[in-house]
Amino acid sequence: MKHIKTINKANLKKTAAKGGCGKCQASCQSACKTSCTVANQKCEREA
Amino acid sequence: MIHKYKLEGYNILLDVNSGGVHIIDDLTYDMLDNISPPLEEKCPEDIVNKLSKVYDRDEIYECYDEIVSLYNDKILFSKDDYEKFALTSVASPIKAMCLHVAHDCNLRCKYCFASTGDYKEGRMLMSLETGKKALDFLIEKSGDRKFLEVDFFGGEPTVNFDVVKQLVEYGRSREAEANKKFRFTITTNGILLTDDMIDFINKEMNNVVLSIDGRKDVNDRLRVRADGSGSYDKIVPNFKKLVEKRGSDKDWYVRGTYTKYNLDFSNDVMHLYDLGFDQISVEPVMADPSMPYAITKSDLPRIFDEYEELSRKIRKIRSEGKFINFFHFMLDLDQGPCAIKRLRGCGCGNEYVAVAPNGDIYPCHQFVGIEDYKLGSLNDGSFNEELKKTFASAHVYSKPECKKCWAKFYCSGGCNANNYIYAGDIHNAYKLSCEIQKKRLECAIFMKALTMLDTAE
Repeated sequence: MKHIKTINKANLKKTAAKGGCGKCQASCQSACKTSCTVANQKCEREA
Repeated sequence: MIHKYKLEGYNILLDVNSGGVHIIDDLTYDMLDNISPPLEEKCPEDIVNKLSKVYDRDEIYECYDEIVSLYNDKILFSKDDYEKFALTSVASPIKAMCLHVAHDCNLRCKYCFASTGDYKEGRMLMSLETGKKALDFLIEKSGDRKFLEVDFFGGEPTVNFDVVKQLVEYGRSREAEANKKFRFTITTNGILLTDDMIDFINKEMNNVVLSIDGRKDVNDRLRVRADGSGSYDKIVPNFKKLVEKRGSDKDWYVRGTYTKYNLDFSNDVMHLYDLGFDQISVEPVMADPSMPYAITKSDLPRIFDEYEELSRKIRKIRSEGKFINFFHFMLDLDQGPCAIKRLRGCGCGNEYVAVAPNGDIYPCHQFVGIEDYKLGSLNDGSFNEELKKTFASAHVYSKPECKKCWAKFYCSGGCNANNYIYAGDIHNAYKLSCEIQKKRLECAIFMKALTMLDTAE
């Protein structure tokens, strides 16, 4: 495309179907403790 | 829902519900101000006429076709399908615990949310017996969760390090029969760190958070000892030693707090980097606005500029082939957390609890000492399942401000404790924090998009 460059897979919706396994880290247990960011956590679901 | 913004000469477009990130030209940027779904197949003439005052008509038609193509592919103006997952999900097993082994501290940091370590409840150390009960409680409440996270916290956990060591030993001793794996972490100010402590931490702790605010004068203004003297000269060598011995297979961060006194905090991040620390988290202080160091609304423009400055400094370091990681700029645009995880933030009060030295259970470390939010006690076995459900249902669709915010799948409703303390209810967005969070996300998305663009080209 000339006017728009899509950068990523835009796959958030696909993750909903198989998501929610709960294996990932609680986001406040890493390096924040005061200002929550969830999107920087890793998915730990086993394939 | 879409969100678009300009940064460093680039136009960034986020399609909120698909997670799609696009870099767009000025024409697309302006056209998006004039259209909204559902989109017609052909560009409406009134839009063509309006934009043709600036842009070529053929280009306008071409641009519109590209927008419609992405719209039809459901990566632009995609629908929000997630609310049903939020409404049907039930309370989760508890898998993470902040274990307050010490409500005491050898520093008197002036901005401490825990009232310089005692949480306004008096200085107290956790007994081994209470600590064991806490780990037993976590195992019991963890259902089918295999990995259990325990963060040794305070106050300062190293003032009760014998108990920390014995609790790690106890936790490990229960792993096999309980079919669990503990992931221990510790947050320390570094004052008491000895070689033995460092070796133990590096062997047993999956992550270690090392508290330091940055430049010596910045750190020593607020992170002071009881006699008022600074902590920098003592902690820097200790942290360097710990990191040098840690190895690359385990996580660690130096973590600082910035306040109104150092709104040029990118210099503190760079100072930490220059000291040899390349895993860095520096965050805004959370404080009553009446405090002299508190960040207030009038500071926001300065803070926004500083995050942009920080992103430039980090990109420069990386362009030289060197490594640096800033916690709040970390973002994986393809393999990040699933949409379900993103609905509910840190999981406090639901998947995550804090235990005070006396055995009282709270939704998280920041709720400790707030009686209305006490979940129960290890001493009498009480546990308020209804209050747990309240936190389980505190998701981005039950928070009115979050529901309509473009950042909801990145911050996931923010910090419930900050919402309660500074905005009156766990469901109310704490706007000051939101504005900072959104700016960080804009920078993070931009930096990641540039990297992915470079890779693609």
